[in-house]
Amino acid sequence: MPYAVKIPIVRKQSWGDYHLFRFQAPEMAAAARPGQFVMIRPGESTAPLLRRPISIHGRDRGALEIFFQVAGEGTALLARRKAGDTFDVLGPLGRGFDLDAPLDGKTACLLGGGRGIAPLYFLALELADRGALVKVLYGGRTADDLPVRDRFEEAGLELACSTDDGSFGFPGLVTGLLETEIPVRRPDFLFVCGPDPMMKAAAGLASRFRIPAQISLESVMGCGFGACWGCVRRIKRAGAEAWRKICEDGPVFPAEDIVWEGWK
Amino acid sequence: MTVDLAVDLGFLKLRNPVLAASGTFGYGTEFAPFLDLSSLGGIVVKGLYYGPREGNPPPRLVETASGLLNAIGLQGIGVEAFAAEILPELRRRGAEVWVNVCGEDEDEYLRVISFLDGLDGIAAYELNISCPNVRRNGLCPALRPDWTYDLVRAAKERSRRPLVAKLSPNVTDIVEIARAAERAGADGLSLVNTFLAMAVDPETRRPRLGNVFGGLSGPAIKPIALRMVYQAASAVRVPVIGMGGIMSGRDAVEFLIAGARAVEVGTANFVDPAAAARIVREIEAFCREKGIARVSDLVGTITI
Repeated sequence: MPYAVKIPIVRKQSWGDYHLFRFQAPEMAAAARPGQFVMIRPGESTAPLLRRPISIHGRDRGALEIFFQVAGEGTALLARRKAGDTFDVLGPLGRGFDLDAPLDGKTACLLGGGRGIAPLYFLALELADRGALVKVLYGGRTADDLPVRDRFEEAGLELACSTDDGSFGFPGLVTGLLETEIPVRRPDFLFVCGPDPMMKAAAGLASRFRIPAQISLESVMGCGFGACWGCVRRIKRAGAEAWRKICEDGPVFPAEDIVWEGWK
Repeated sequence: MTVDLAVDLGFLKLRNPVLAASGTFGYGTEFAPFLDLSSLGGIVVKGLYYGPREGNPPPRLVETASGLLNAIGLQGIGVEAFAAEILPELRRRGAEVWVNVCGEDEDEYLRVISFLDGLDGIAAYELNISCPNVRRNGLCPALRPDWTYDLVRAAKERSRRPLVAKLSPNVTDIVEIARAAERAGADGLSLVNTFLAMAVDPETRRPRLGNVFGGLSGPAIKPIALRMVYQAASAVRVPVIGMGGIMSGRDAVEFLIAGARAVEVGTANFVDPAAAARIVREIEAFCREKGIARVSDLVGTITI
């Protein structure tokens, strides 16, 4: 059940283009599941017009946190909001990660690229709560693109980082880090969120090593709750391909269901 | 002071003048968490072809200045799934259901109508002769008076229910098309559908939409929509349902004053899923503030 609320931002943290907002929304927080998102109006006027989909980053009792990167006009406007400002939030939306499998004692590898780390903090805590052994792999272009890495460590979660420019952690892509990690860790599950090429590469590794993987896709959205049919991706289920809505059928899909090419 | 919000379209009485516009309200059930579906004048569900339809490749949406460009391509579930899975729930929720009727050709439009005619709980059909996203270059029957006349006439002859023709703004003379639809027996007209438009990415030098062209909606189109609604309403005797960029009760009132007997709320539903119900309340507040006893007293009162 999604809720529409206008509420104040109670805390804001910023690191360059990256921002974390915290707000009190007890009903929304109670309903939220890892991998779900909210739709936020960037301003009050008709420009920009549409809400922006933003991942739920964390939950702490009755509070929710969102983490986002400025990617255009809407998120730039959103980033100018200060603590104490009221904003208009709709959520939680989407299906989130499927956590129905037994997790106790299982090893889960979480792979986040750039702002794709957003839903994985909430997920990592939930997995750890359910007894899974969690390893988070967090990649960015530079050390500045890993702003929330301390949060994982403060929460006692095991974390390894990579940077494309080698300025911090493993030098190279986070999928390269995953490749070194798989033979050592033998993960039972992979959870992935990041840029499309990274997710495609991760899906390839998951398939090669036969690890069940769930991937959280991103898209421009018109509504966020299944009404506009604007955020579709090519998804294969039971052998049949179709355009499926990221907002409603996803944003999380089993890696093997995502059709990466051949339709453009 | 109580305001009488009911409007009479001649072929149908509405509890208030606000309908949710096809293509922006899903099949209606998506909005049940956000508003009482029975509080609206009606809901026009997403366009239905006879069978399921695949739709266009993404990207399907681009936001523009106070506007939304879409090229969904009428992806949808078809009439059988609508009858089995959607319509019973809409009826249970007390919604006044209109169905937006689509077809690849005249035969399919008529098959959709025949199928829907066999179902209870539908108030009217809106004949979608104006979607810009399903044929090359935005081609659709509502671009020509003769095509409009032929299709509306055939559909009206087949249908046991009131039929409203949804017109395209992508024409030189909306009056000519409006009159053709009226002559063919349409019980009402709804306009405007979206404006054929495009967006270009200067970095890649490619169109931003997978379909190249799309339909523009939202506040950006409101002044042009108002002009066309005014022109059409001045030229025909059947009721005109106005739409195009309505975000507030005041926007809706502008369309009523210009001659629309009712309005459809579209893109606003995405931004504020309770928009249609809010707009009903705002129209009521406007009337109360101005001492207007019946909302229908506003219709066509523009002074030139």
